[in-house]
Amino acid sequence: MRAYKPKDNVQAKAYYTDRYYVAPQVPKQDVASDEVFAADLEAIKAKFEVKDAYIQVGQMVVYINPHDIYGVLELMRDELEYTQLSEMSAIDWLAKSNQFEIFYQMLSMTKRKRIRVKYFIENGQAVDSVEKLFRSADWAEREMYDMFGIEANGHPFMKRILMPYDWQGHPLLKTYPLEGDEFAAWYEVDKIYGKEARDIIGPELRDTARVDRYDSERFARLGFEVPKGTEITGNEERHVESYQEEGGVFLIKKYDKESSVVIDDPQR
Amino acid sequence: MAQVKNRLTPFFENITFERDDNELILNFGPQHPSAHGQLRLMLHLQQEQIVKAHPDVGYLHRGMEKMAENMIYNEFMPTTDRMDYIASSSNNYGFALAVEKLIGVEVPRRAKVIRMMLLEINRLMSHLFWLATTALDIGAMTVFLYAFREREYLMDIIEGYCGARLTHAAIRIGGVPLDIQDSFLHQLRVFLNKLPQNIKDYEDLLDSNRIWLMRMEEVGTISTEMALSWGCTGPMLRASGVAWDIRKEEPYELYDEVEFRVPYSDKGDNFARYRIYMEEMRESAKILYQCIDMYEKCVKDGETELMAHAPKYISAPKLDIMTQNYSLMQHFVLVTQGMRPPVGEVYVATESPKGELGFYIYSDGGPYPYRLKLRAPSFWHTGILTDLLPGHYIPDVVSIIGTTNIVFGEVDR
Repeated sequence: MRAYKPKDNVQAKAYYTDRYYVAPQVPKQDVASDEVFAADLEAIKAKFEVKDAYIQVGQMVVYINPHDIYGVLELMRDELEYTQLSEMSAIDWLAKSNQFEIFYQMLSMTKRKRIRVKYFIENGQAVDSVEKLFRSADWAEREMYDMFGIEANGHPFMKRILMPYDWQGHPLLKTYPLEGDEFAAWYEVDKIYGKEARDIIGPELRDTARVDRYDSERFARLGFEVPKGTEITGNEERHVESYQEEGGVFLIKKYDKESSVVIDDPQR
Repeated sequence: MAQVKNRLTPFFENITFERDDNELILNFGPQHPSAHGQLRLMLHLQQEQIVKAHPDVGYLHRGMEKMAENMIYNEFMPTTDRMDYIASSSNNYGFALAVEKLIGVEVPRRAKVIRMMLLEINRLMSHLFWLATTALDIGAMTVFLYAFREREYLMDIIEGYCGARLTHAAIRIGGVPLDIQDSFLHQLRVFLNKLPQNIKDYEDLLDSNRIWLMRMEEVGTISTEMALSWGCTGPMLRASGVAWDIRKEEPYELYDEVEFRVPYSDKGDNFARYRIYMEEMRESAKILYQCIDMYEKCVKDGETELMAHAPKYISAPKLDIMTQNYSLMQHFVLVTQGMRPPVGEVYVATESPKGELGFYIYSDGGPYPYRLKLRAPSFWHTGILTDLLPGHYIPDVVSIIGTTNIVFGEVDR
């Protein structure tokens, strides 16, 4: 019987994991251990519901409700001096809970602190665009849409950014295989020649080690190779592929050891 | 953007188009020599003036984040080279530091010094490359040749260290693989002693050059608010009046032990950015001199460790692997299965030559990162062209793209 392979996560898997292996945790600190973060968290808590908050590797992580994101980031920008949205994107948890986790990486240059604001959305749910607050979200949200298919409400130009406009599928989903799906494999052929040309053109050669002209048995017959598939008679003519033209190359001298100089120090 | 009247007055200024809508859409790139890679700009023009700009990126998209999810951590290191391929060690370093923070290891001091030297050499290489290509775009061929010559010396030093000129892969998670070669410090000193004169040569050619000033001054002005809003970092942000350098503000490695200034300007135009690149080269040289002293002190103190000691995550030194059974077993597991960092997430930002290079890693405890987000500074510096270009004229596009210093390996990833 064939081994069962889950379809909801086709990424590389560890081929061996000890039965009793329990992964350790990156330690989390209480927010109260840092007074700047504690004050920021209080300010957020005063207006919005905070589901969870802790400090991990020196940065505060705050979980909020999805519909609060615009308000929270506005509060952070205008009152808490988190003036830059460094990065935002999503994590695919569809296989586990049919959810996406969205994170916004905020930076305060005056306080020298970074906060990560996070929330979960259901599959198919859209997020609220924060492009009005931070222009950097314009491209970040487009990239998130391109890679995960998560749309941002209120975004001025919700189009793909890295993949072609007519692409199908969202590459960073765990269901999307590394080598691409069928659409990806035939993208150029379908677009340029049409689907009916698939048989004529054939699939793309993806094996980088593949030898096209000479098969591997003929590597030993250097200078006497024959095209793939032909019989070896043993009476092949020798053909040498030389890269140095016989009469010499115009303007280039032949290497002469006697008259050459070895440069030890290039900065002489 | 206000353009001084007597500068780029169109030659055919007496010709007017009499149609109602005389908007021309100009397709700039993706194969334009001054697009610095695969940038496609769709420019809506009213005569020579840009009214709308639409940068189209993705021509170099290789899906690095996807690749990272399918590779063990050490395997991904050479892939990071291909992000900002002008200064690839800085990408290696950003990734290595992120994983080190995740697994919580401390790198030995000697390795830290070597890493800092590599980082600053990369910064110099990147800035020299920037100067060369931007000057070439503006038409200053001599500067291009001079700056490439100096960059070549640095590449020789790097090649002596790791064997590669562009894609270094010179840093490992937990340290560096090798000690520097014997000629490294000598070559570096010779280079650094010459560098101030070299920089002065470039400045003599450019600083009071009429064409250079016309193309640079008061062109491409980015306000502080705009730079912050667009997520600009590095020289782009410092030219717009924010003295924010991660090496200074959130020091990593031994940057808190070295002395250097953070040059910044409140002008925000192309010329300010040019000045900042030049000053940063001087500061890098200053840091490198201090690194040489620190390295020599390490040698004197007999600190020979180059890799952190964390048998769960990092292979033992080669000598141990070849002599001790347990180290060999550990090495075998780490090479075939890969390290398994703890469950958790980390975002680590480092100051790459282009700006804030961030690595966000979510580890689910397996040998592959569950999610890895690359925060490349050039991505946002390309995005800002949307708001920056309108109001400028066609010739300004080239000089603005030049001073944003975007590299498409990291825009498209």
